[in-house]
Amino acid sequence: MNKETTGQEKRNFLSIFYEELSKSSITIIILSIVSGFIMGGILVIVTSPEVYKAFAVSFGEGLATSWKMVANTYSSLFLGAFGDPAKISAAIKSGDNAKILSAFGPFFESLVVTTPYLFTGVAVALGFRAGVFNIGAEGQLQVGSIAAAWAGWTFTGLSPWIHIPLALLCGALAGGLWGFIPGWLKVKTGAHEVITTIMMNYIGYYLIYYLVAVPFKDPNEVVPKTPWILESAHLPRFFPEPIRFHLGFFIAIGIAFLIWFLLFKTTWGYEIRSVGINMNASKYAGMNITVITVVGMALSGAIAGLGGASEIMGVYWRQSQALSTGYGFDSIALALLAQNHPLGVILTALLFGFLRSGSKVMQLRAGIPIYIINILQAFIILFLAAPAIIRTIYRLKKPSIKDLPISSTTSLSEKK
Amino acid sequence: MEKNTLAQKFKVIRGTKTGTQQRIIIGALFILSAIFVHFVLASPLAPDVNTTFGTNINDRAIQIPDWVFNSKASLEIVAGICLGLGLYEIIRGFKKATSIVIAIVGVLLVLGFLFWGAAGSSISFTGMLALMVVRSVPITIGALSGLITERAGIVNIAIEGMMVASALTSAIAGSLFGIWWGVVAAIFTGAALAMVHAWLSIKYKVDQIISGTMINIFATGITSYTYIKFLQSSTLNEPGFFKPFQIPLLYKIPVIGPIFFDHNLYVYIMYLLVIVLTIALYKTKWGLRHRAVGEHPKAADTLGINVFRTRYFACLLGGMVAGFAGSYFSLGSVGRFEQTMTAGRGFIALAAMIFGNWTPVGSIGAGMLFGFSESLTTKLSLLHFPIPAELLLMLPYIITIVVLAGVVGRSRGPAASGTPYEKESL
Repeated sequence: MNKETTGQEKRNFLSIFYEELSKSSITIIILSIVSGFIMGGILVIVTSPEVYKAFAVSFGEGLATSWKMVANTYSSLFLGAFGDPAKISAAIKSGDNAKILSAFGPFFESLVVTTPYLFTGVAVALGFRAGVFNIGAEGQLQVGSIAAAWAGWTFTGLSPWIHIPLALLCGALAGGLWGFIPGWLKVKTGAHEVITTIMMNYIGYYLIYYLVAVPFKDPNEVVPKTPWILESAHLPRFFPEPIRFHLGFFIAIGIAFLIWFLLFKTTWGYEIRSVGINMNASKYAGMNITVITVVGMALSGAIAGLGGASEIMGVYWRQSQALSTGYGFDSIALALLAQNHPLGVILTALLFGFLRSGSKVMQLRAGIPIYIINILQAFIILFLAAPAIIRTIYRLKKPSIKDLPISSTTSLSEKK
Repeated sequence: MEKNTLAQKFKVIRGTKTGTQQRIIIGALFILSAIFVHFVLASPLAPDVNTTFGTNINDRAIQIPDWVFNSKASLEIVAGICLGLGLYEIIRGFKKATSIVIAIVGVLLVLGFLFWGAAGSSISFTGMLALMVVRSVPITIGALSGLITERAGIVNIAIEGMMVASALTSAIAGSLFGIWWGVVAAIFTGAALAMVHAWLSIKYKVDQIISGTMINIFATGITSYTYIKFLQSSTLNEPGFFKPFQIPLLYKIPVIGPIFFDHNLYVYIMYLLVIVLTIALYKTKWGLRHRAVGEHPKAADTLGINVFRTRYFACLLGGMVAGFAGSYFSLGSVGRFEQTMTAGRGFIALAAMIFGNWTPVGSIGAGMLFGFSESLTTKLSLLHFPIPAELLLMLPYIITIVVLAGVVGRSRGPAASGTPYEKESL
């Protein structure tokens, strides 16, 4: 440590590289993810009775068992997310198309799981950029899906070219309404969006519960479910059954680019970002805070609603009551990890999607509950929100500029 | 400095403007409720129908005859009061008393629904209110936890997470070592999570909402993880629960006794906490310092109060209270842990704190209101009520939003809440 302060000329290439690396926010992001996984591994070790038994035998045995547990957990996570590499190479060698597709099945399934993450991630990121903390992506996604389902079976005799956009629009409108209400309340009454969006989640949940149970119930079913949506409202799938990979993925990517363009290449986006960074300064600069906050929130809700619509139209084709997705909550970590950049969301959504998809296999093979993913996410948020922790652990240097811009409008009441 | 005062002026101007607007909106809502009660509820009823409110739920209290009301006349009275309050709100405004008046109108509306729903039959009035008190426990104690930290300038939206985590640990510790150790474990869990929150938001100056969200996600994850891995059909999830006991003499009072003084430990500790906190916050030196740190940390620091220590202590205390509230779910009601048992009560507690204007007495009032809407949901689904149960379940959440929207502009939280304190280096 002392050497660096004594003279610049003594520093070699490596130390300069190290210093640059230390200052980069990418380093922090990657180390946060890695540390999250390490913490997850520790959790697996601590909660496995096998490990304690092995430690009772001998210390070496204990270490070996710990390593085996963690390796087993993460390798089955990997297998679940990407598919078995051995199977894939065998299938490619055999040249049989059907075999190749089935070997790549888990990979495409992961992309299917990634799709709603893309929507909700962009939604939450957009909210953060506009200075609102949208915890309501969950509810917005759900009302979006029920609205799209309704449009999917109600309008008959339409061509897919009209029916698909129409159903997507219904989903976006419903989600947009679910975002608009908290946004409007925040501006008009000062009710903090963190609480109102959470309440809207519950209201949406029970509303769907009611709608599916009573007015929208398919009379031919015992368990409450909506009717199937019509063929013309199905989002096209790219491969034969059982691979569910559908057009929604590319719509989501398109939305991410669109929002990126809106935020960074238009005046309007500039205003949104400006309000998000400093509301008072933007107010004095003559921007209309009210409109920007409300529209930002509604737009965020609409994107999340679109995510729900794409789930119904591309994957499930009908809605049942049990619809606790968790996508909306995960997307908070996801958006923070992407530093609220719509294109960064594409990367982090892929990460989360593959994790989530793989975790199901992990639960089956390694007996580790899928909720370990939540714990990983919590640690990743922790390390990202407090980069100083990561710097201390890995002995990185302080950057000359300020840390990652993670913030929300904190106080629970508007001061007037 | 110049900019600051300008900003304050701006806020004042904007505040009064929305104040008037809000007054008219609230008044109009009152009048709308009056119209609703008169035309939708009262008009279709025949004039000779009666509603009976059952007053006895057990034979411990002194028995009194049930209350019988004429349904239509009672509804018209409710409508009349709502109309009067609405007109007064629009013309003069209730100013500081608005939240109380909103609560009164809420209660009136609910009474109206009861008169209407139970027209020609009877409903156990005392039973419903007794359930209200029980259901208000986690909300009120959660709100107390929130106000302890927020009075010192730390926003804690992780009450939900702290409650669910403590519900889990209390169930485990309760099963292993006995029920009282369950309570200890819960308090300890709440305190530990709160210290993480404090450490992040005071030392690392992490945005407090994000830190709280992190704790919420972590708590949901770790509890579900543990539940699935260890607690399903296991002896680790059989802690038992606290049995109700009666407060001597008081429990004999008809109606009041069964409602307030015939419960388990949690209800009585809730009363106690409200009293102790009110005295501690407003009548002691400690309370004055505590509030000063939340209002103006720099001034408090100048006067020699250790801002950081006060905030750490507030978090510790708030976490312990939240942990205690969490143990209610497993030890105070059902005697086991379920994954989704808190069901957003931690967030409703925050709303109750705001509705109660960051005071202990206000918090218990708001907690009772939310508790009432929950007990109403339970009881009404038993009656032949024309609204589906699924829709009634939305009620507490809708009330929360209405309360937040109607009240927040008028109630004012501690000035420095949510802002990290940076001690200027010399």
